[in-house]
Amino acid sequence: MNVVITKKELDKIDLCLEKMVSTSLAHSVLLIARSGQLIANHGDTLDIDVSALSALTAANFGATAEIAKLLGEEEFTLLFHKGRTENVYFSAIGEHVIMVTLFDDKTSLGLVRLRINQVNEELSQIISTIFGKEQAEVRHP
Amino acid sequence: MPFINFSKDEIQCKIVYYGAGFCGKTTNLQYIFGNTRDEIRGKMVSIDTKGDRTLFFDFLSLNLGKIRGFDIRVQLYTVPGQVHYDATRKLVLKGVDGVVFVADSLKVQRKKNIESLINLAKNLAEKGISIRTIPLVIQYNKRDLDGTDSEILPLELLEKDLNSMLKVPSFPGSALKGKGVYETLREISKLVVKDVSRKILLDKQLR
Repeated sequence: MNVVITKKELDKIDLCLEKMVSTSLAHSVLLIARSGQLIANHGDTLDIDVSALSALTAANFGATAEIAKLLGEEEFTLLFHKGRTENVYFSAIGEHVIMVTLFDDKTSLGLVRLRINQVNEELSQIISTIFGKEQAEVRHP
Repeated sequence: MPFINFSKDEIQCKIVYYGAGFCGKTTNLQYIFGNTRDEIRGKMVSIDTKGDRTLFFDFLSLNLGKIRGFDIRVQLYTVPGQVHYDATRKLVLKGVDGVVFVADSLKVQRKKNIESLINLAKNLAEKGISIRTIPLVIQYNKRDLDGTDSEILPLELLEKDLNSMLKVPSFPGSALKGKGVYETLREISKLVVKDVSRKILLDKQLR
């Protein structure tokens, strides 16, 4: 079972993330698989260890999904952490991927959420194509 | 589940260090982190308790260089070894491409090694993965205790207990002193890359 991302698919993802950064005024956006691997990122992430952030994001989502189950929910589809200057917004994109948006006080939570909702459907379609191939391989190894 | 990015010519793989509590999984990662050049490794992240026991996992990413034109990035994880953290172990195993099973050579840990290996097989099976087919390497840790007051198990007995059916590569080691740590990492990386390469070829044939 392997996940293969072609150049064409990555270009489409990059375009979505670029649109997300420019319209939400967030400083960076990352797309991370639920197993902890980074798929793509856009914006200013030079000072961040994106591999560690990806691993911790997947763990964070996994841990809160267990909390959700204790409360009778399937999972929490969005998480928000507010810091003194930096904020992180995690949102599920379909069942395989998490989008992480990093933003500061140059923008607002409301605008970030609005833009995420706008790109969510487009990203979901691209992601389901990528992971759909994986499912096809599982069926026809 | 390796991530193969044909745009960046990059492959990301996930390797999990598994084993009973206090067998030395975190010590393996700490040795690798402390003895690898900054340019090829990322930050080591540990989520542990105040008693230094792993609560969730340790994480370390490494760049292994190019193989067949692809940049190979491996992500090393450990799991918490304590029996009651099984849900956490299952979370960490999500998307695993290869496993290092760290066995504790101490005689008193014999039963726990076997239980942990059975637990690994069960948790992999729940994800549709067979312990017999996933790239797997066993490390017999704490061999430096040989000749001290601590009673340790002979390698032959450890092999019989843990590897008589699997017949996977195994290494004696001392994570604390670094013995066998790189040999184990090199072998599991080789097996995982070989497995991924096979999948890439299969993928190209399917296209």
